Amino acid sequence: MSLTRADVEKVSLLARLALTPDELDALTVQLGEIIRYVQQLGELDTRDVQPLSHAMDLTNVFADDTLLPSLDREQALANAPKRDAECYRVPAMLGDESSR
Amino acid sequence: MNGTPYTTVIGLEVHVQLKTRTKLFCRCSTAFGAAPNTQTCPVCIGLPGSLPVMNRQAYVLALKTALALHCDIPACTKWDRKNYFYPDLPKGYQISQFDLPMSRDGYLDIGDPQGRFPDRRVRILRAHLEEDAGKSMHDEVAGRADSRIDLNRAGTPLLEIVTHPDLRSPEETKAYLTELKLLLSYIDVSDCNMQEGSLRVDANVNLHLPSPSGTIATPIVEIKNMNSFRAVERALAFEAARQYQVWQETGRKLGDVPKQTRGWDDQAQVTRAQRHKEESSDYRYFPDPDLVPVRVTPAEIDAARAALGELPAALRDRLVTTYALDRYDADVLVNQGRPLVDYFEQVAAQCQDPKRASNWIQQDVLRTLNERGIGIAEFAVAPPVLAELLRMVGSGTLDTMRGRQVLQQMVDTGSDLATAIAALGITEMSDEALVTLCRELLAANPKIVADVKNGKQQALGALIGQARKRNPNADPTRVRKVCAELIEEM
Ligand SMILES: [Zn+2]
Repeated sequence: MSLTRADVEKVSLLARLALTPDELDALTVQLGEIIRYVQQLGELDTRDVQPLSHAMDLTNVFADDTLLPSLDREQALANAPKRDAECYRVPAMLGDESSR
Repeated sequence: MNGTPYTTVIGLEVHVQLKTRTKLFCRCSTAFGAAPNTQTCPVCIGLPGSLPVMNRQAYVLALKTALALHCDIPACTKWDRKNYFYPDLPKGYQISQFDLPMSRDGYLDIGDPQGRFPDRRVRILRAHLEEDAGKSMHDEVAGRADSRIDLNRAGTPLLEIVTHPDLRSPEETKAYLTELKLLLSYIDVSDCNMQEGSLRVDANVNLHLPSPSGTIATPIVEIKNMNSFRAVERALAFEAARQYQVWQETGRKLGDVPKQTRGWDDQAQVTRAQRHKEESSDYRYFPDPDLVPVRVTPAEIDAARAALGELPAALRDRLVTTYALDRYDADVLVNQGRPLVDYFEQVAAQCQDPKRASNWIQQDVLRTLNERGIGIAEFAVAPPVLAELLRMVGSGTLDTMRGRQVLQQMVDTGSDLATAIAALGITEMSDEALVTLCRELLAANPKIVADVKNGKQQALGALIGQARKRNPNADPTRVRKVCAELIEEM
């Protein structure tokens, strides 16, 4: 699998990164090298290896359904770029629920 | 097909909020209606360095639901990140389940005792756990072009239950939702309150049209923003008609255009196209490294299944076989919820007349509950008291109409049976008094007498109302019988 410029363009769009044409060219090369590096794993014979979904050999880490204190609102909103007395404020998002 | 030249094909995605005290991956409260942004913490607002920890109870409730839906439970399930940008999603991804959902391949049976649609097994594709997003509100007050974000809901546990496209009409879809909601209430895993958002429905719908070269399918449309079961029914009916019209105008088939999302406008009673970004369907799922998989053993699954209790479908069957109720009656009782069924079973056992118990509960008791907006737990008449009343009606000590009045008296005053009967002045009429009353009635109604003599037995009915006006203790059955005998002798 090799990475194309179109792939990088699409991923940058999804990640909301505005890249210049020069940056796109450079990143296509750099990301391609990273992927080629990781692809070396494909050379291993993994027929007898169980698939793994987590790097740690741990399962069933649960917490009880017991209430703990939440942040108070001032703390929660402290880092908001824009806010009012109760809420975070963001640029209007109307009728765009469909993007999910 | 309901007389239409097409078949409507419907699949549902239902999001159910599980009844936990705290969120899926942090211990903030899930209580509805709190002041904005007072139920959040570093985990659920996505602050760097915070670590999610799975809520055990959320998994337990999800497992219960999946088993009640006859799903297979894989031995291992894991968590994935669904990546997209939206202001109500603080981490920039939603923790969900992609390729190893906690359950798959179940079903829910639906039917209609009135036969408006055929019995159907609706296959469940999968049910998986995920966290909810926050809530956005447009600020219309100041006229400013801002949205306000409340993250109290962010991280609330949801179970997404996805069906195959097995439903064939708006009516069937409503029946599926009603049955699903009933099932969830029996196993007590969710409040299922659509107004509060603890049950949300999205529908995928298209049409199948017969043609000489095989079935033609129209493009699939996803409908959102339906805030009640009635809205779901109407939105689907509207959408099917709309798609047929578009098909006739354009001839567009499945695959000709990308999947469209439309929102239901309940005011205008139409679906409207929503803006859609082409790239947004690429969620780039990957395993969440912050969360470890959940493993469940066959013994744990069996124990959870055994603890489910009696589910609505099995309960209906049992009411039919144990009490000889017909399907329709069993359906009405079971659909009211387990407490009403328990009430029925106590009354039926104690009065030894299940059919009468079922009738009275469906008519008189349910009417009172509806009128007063109360549940059976708050109903003033306890099962043994209603059973005693029904025994009196069954033995003829009280006629049905008087029995109803007694029940109403107990409901209104909270009095016991004897007090209610005394308060209504109910005593049994002697035979002599009844015969005297009937003679008076016949003397006053020569036309009815003539009608009955001419074979119109039903004319007697008019006498019963008159009899009760003169003496409320006049038993309609006895009045009818005595009058008929007296006319016979005339
Ligand atoms: Zn939290």
